[in-house]
Amino acid sequence: MSAPSAASPAVSADRSEIGQRPAALSMGPLARVGAGTAAMAQAEMRKLRHDHLDIITRSVQPLLWLFIFGTALRNNRALTLGTLDYRAYLAPGVMAQAAMFIAIFFGLAVIWERDVGQLQRLLATPLPRSSLVLGKAAGACVRALVQALLLLVVLAAAGIGVRWSVTGVLGTLAMLMLGTAAFACMSMLLAAAVKERERFMGIGQLIMMPLFFASSALYPLSIMPSWLRVVARVNPLTYEVQGLRQMLVGVGGAGEVWLDFLVVAGFFAVMLVAATRAYPKAIL
Amino acid sequence: MSGPAPAPAVLVDDLVVRFGALEAVGGVSFAVAPGEVFGLLGPNGAGKTTTIRVLTTLLAPSAGRALVAGFDVRGDSLAVRASIGYIPQAISVDGALTAYENLDFYGRVTGLGGWGSKSLRRERIDEAIETMRLEPMLDRLARTLSGGMLRRLEIASALLNRPQVLFLDEPTVGLDPNARTMVWEELQALREQAGTTILVTTHVMEEAERHCDRIAVIDQGLLVEQGEPAELLERYETESLEEVFTAVTGRAIGQESADQEGRLSDVRAQRRVARRLG
Repeated sequence: MSAPSAASPAVSADRSEIGQRPAALSMGPLARVGAGTAAMAQAEMRKLRHDHLDIITRSVQPLLWLFIFGTALRNNRALTLGTLDYRAYLAPGVMAQAAMFIAIFFGLAVIWERDVGQLQRLLATPLPRSSLVLGKAAGACVRALVQALLLLVVLAAAGIGVRWSVTGVLGTLAMLMLGTAAFACMSMLLAAAVKERERFMGIGQLIMMPLFFASSALYPLSIMPSWLRVVARVNPLTYEVQGLRQMLVGVGGAGEVWLDFLVVAGFFAVMLVAATRAYPKAIL
Repeated sequence: MSGPAPAPAVLVDDLVVRFGALEAVGGVSFAVAPGEVFGLLGPNGAGKTTTIRVLTTLLAPSAGRALVAGFDVRGDSLAVRASIGYIPQAISVDGALTAYENLDFYGRVTGLGGWGSKSLRRERIDEAIETMRLEPMLDRLARTLSGGMLRRLEIASALLNRPQVLFLDEPTVGLDPNARTMVWEELQALREQAGTTILVTTHVMEEAERHCDRIAVIDQGLLVEQGEPAELLERYETESLEEVFTAVTGRAIGQESADQEGRLSDVRAQRRVARRLG
């Protein structure tokens, strides 16, 4: 496919009467990606507003992890290296995990939209493909954000030992957005490849569990056998959780927080490009 | 090119689309004049939807050329996408948004830049609401609307960018007779008032006969006949386009060949649409 020559006022014999260049093309490509993403994100927000029950029920899940799983293992000092209430250690992990669950199943929506014809129609508008992907990712981020804020409120109310600071909380939310957007893009990439809802459910479950358990979400890498540690080291969720944990409770980071950000951002960039490329094929 | 004849709104020249070994469209050529209602007829799986997908830039042609609104679908696909409206066979509005939010969303998406100012968008949405008589359903979630209402909403949302060419894939599938008539009336009115070129696919011959200025019959990926409905009836000395189809292809239109068509995904998609449209 050759690049659309948006800038050139192309004139050819065929377009004497009819080929007047559409006004929509007066916009530069980057501005179009921005405006398109904003339109997609707004639609996602509106959907969320019509269905707030959904986000509330989803927000319960991380709390169950925290108060059942976390309480059950509270006295196991090995998990926190002896320094910390396990629930505080666990909180960033379940925050990331809950957001990842939302993100990974966003691909289902894409498959649905393909089945009902929305995707075909959107692809026949000037909306850039990257906006389509970014807009969906923004939708996942908003849901993750609501969930995370609720979790933070509960943590504060329950007096679980989080190190509260403005930069810590803002950094936490930023990291969570980045990771959620990345997993949402991964999910869309998967949806474009799988194309069927039933199969997608199966594969989604299949990759979610290893991503979750072979990461630092529930326990430190140091208690893992070395082969599992290698898996966890290449798992982007590990870096997301490490960053979150460092910013929120002040432990658990293996390195610098900026390094965690860098890894997650790199993962996001790769997934974004891949999903943008794979998306048009999803309609066939 | 220098003659008085206006440039065609759609020009398809020896178009070929292959999926692996399968040739879905095997060298189709036709032209649609500006302001015309042009019907692409044929049984399911004949290559109609594939042709529309090429014209809406969703699918790259394997060979041949296609111009829409004067722009090449391959080399200038963005200009094509900015010049058209497209309503696929399945339901394309978002069921989780209200009717108004759907209009607003498609206004923003199709008008990226250019005419996309907020005031102009409002103006055009208000106009579309009036033309398609959407006022009573604006605040309802789209998934609660009836089939006819959904089609009206879709047409309204596809008109916001003032398309030069409007593509509709089987617009009346799954609709009751009243809604069918209504959809066609809206399309006719649109053509008369705005001069929009309309390219529509259908396998309902009787509708094509009544509502299209010109039709092309596609069968097994080939264009086997084209002309004005009346002219075709005369040429084949028959009473209906269905008989024309039988005369041209040697088969009745209902009697579908089992090769490329009846693909499971198509059937499933159609059933889903039918279910949603009630």
